Amino acid sequence: MLLFSIALMYACSKHENEVTPEEKKITFSVPSNFPAPVYNFEDNKLTNAGFALGKKLFYDARLSADKSVSCGSCHQQFAAFTQLDHKVSHGVNNCQGKRNTPPLFNLAWQKAFFWDGGVKNIETSPLNAITDACEMGTDVPTIITFLKNTAPYPDLFKKAFGSTEINSQLILKSIAQFTAVLVSGNSKYDKVIRKEAGTSFTTLELAGYSLFKEKCTSCHAEPFFTDFSYRSNGLDLIGNDGGRSHITGMASDFGKFRVPTLRNIEYTSPYMHDGRFYSLDEVLEHYSSGVKASANLDPQLKNGIPLSDAEKEQIKAFLKTLTDNEFIKNTLYAES
Amino acid sequence: MKLSKYLLALVCPVILLSSCKKNTNEVTPDAKSTFSIEFENQVNGSPLILSTATYKNAKGEDFKINVFKYYVSNIKLSKADGTTYLIPESYFLIDASKAESTNITLKDVPVGDYTKIEYTIGVDYARNFAGAQTGALDPINGMFWTWNSGYIFVKLEGTSPQSPATGNTLTFHIGGVTDPNNTIRTFATEINAANPLRVRTDGKPNMHFIVNAAALFTGKTAISFSTLYFTMGGANSTIVANNYANGLFRLDHIHN
Repeated sequence: MLLFSIALMYACSKHENEVTPEEKKITFSVPSNFPAPVYNFEDNKLTNAGFALGKKLFYDARLSADKSVSCGSCHQQFAAFTQLDHKVSHGVNNCQGKRNTPPLFNLAWQKAFFWDGGVKNIETSPLNAITDACEMGTDVPTIITFLKNTAPYPDLFKKAFGSTEINSQLILKSIAQFTAVLVSGNSKYDKVIRKEAGTSFTTLELAGYSLFKEKCTSCHAEPFFTDFSYRSNGLDLIGNDGGRSHITGMASDFGKFRVPTLRNIEYTSPYMHDGRFYSLDEVLEHYSSGVKASANLDPQLKNGIPLSDAEKEQIKAFLKTLTDNEFIKNTLYAES
Repeated sequence: MKLSKYLLALVCPVILLSSCKKNTNEVTPDAKSTFSIEFENQVNGSPLILSTATYKNAKGEDFKINVFKYYVSNIKLSKADGTTYLIPESYFLIDASKAESTNITLKDVPVGDYTKIEYTIGVDYARNFAGAQTGALDPINGMFWTWNSGYIFVKLEGTSPQSPATGNTLTFHIGGVTDPNNTIRTFATEINAANPLRVRTDGKPNMHFIVNAAALFTGKTAISFSTLYFTMGGANSTIVANNYANGLFRLDHIHN
């Protein structure tokens, strides 16, 4: 008993010694099968303190109008930073947004954000969610006042940017230090492509990959599994969301949305801009037999993409190789 | 010790001399100074009084103005010899409700006689899509569209009995930088060569511009509030921008 409690005490003290382990340097790393990023931290030097502040802001629900919603509420790590089981984003005062939450990763390679591509810079992207009445429902001056009066934020700003000054620019730059660092490039697919030792596709996955390259890559281009274009994929326009046309004002863009990435697709259901499909089966069935004609339908989908049951299984098997569990479970990105 | 005293005695007059020399030579090419611009907001010759005064547009329709804000950026000065100077990081938000914003100061301007001034009404293309900005371009100023990146270049809000909108409101948020609805406009005006903008180390001139808010509604297209009372970018914003491109600003005089 005595020995046991000594052991316990020892364990305790040992644990306390471990409270300040050497801090791991936060880095932004470009997978070798990715091109050069669009956002390269040139005007926003990445630091551990900046990343830590951005992460804290990302997960702080007190920033929203009724203190119930943080960025992390709709961007959940276990769902590759989208919102599991929600067709559309669920904001303050139980308000339902109009579109499905996009996942957050590999944003440093994106030139435009949101389903309609309306926002052109990763740094200014959070403003949309902060001010939308159905998302966080607040405004930046309110957030600045809150942060100035709430410990430890002034100290965290000082550590990150050298001054206790808190303004919209520093808030947005710190959040970008968190969101731009979210890189997902360690799926089985990536490892096979990089010819890492001991990795190979199964026969089913390989068949799916061949089929995918034949039928899907003209829009879902590697390595991001999107070509970042805006297209109409033959959904009937329930709710009449004009998508890209809201941004360009052009009738020819009505009903077009950004081609979504398929990385981590296993964890990002439901699917489509309005979250209408809950399973990959429904999605594949849509392309196989459900594409509806409309003025702006992508010409490549005029006849749909007919798939046999066996082909659907092959494609699904391949799509699951795009799951990056190291990313999903990386504790650096988790709320702390 | 003695030597250093002699040295000091020798050096002192040299310093004095050189400083004297600098004073006499006023127009050193790299000397810099300051000038200011005052924007006097008016409506068709009457002072702009927010919320209470009633004005008439070119169609004779009554209206009031509650909000009037606009960006002036990328100020460029030219000399008679054709050389130009673009004032770096010159972004200013003029807000009729904030008196201090209507008088802007331009620092570190090379001294000289300038005979032309031009500037962007709004914000250049690149900054519309740039990362998080501060100062005049800070999104907290209420001039940044969060859902469709870009700045509101000119914002006029008010009321008119002719407006069919709820509360008879007028909402003119002019912005957008992509064709066919690019609303970036450049204003340029020659300065009388007899009284150019004289930037001097011992003089800080002031340029006085009259800004006519009613210019949004006339010029190329006379706007009736019964049909155009709301725009946030797009084709109608282009109509308004084409109106104010030439008529919004007028150089009234310069105090040298």
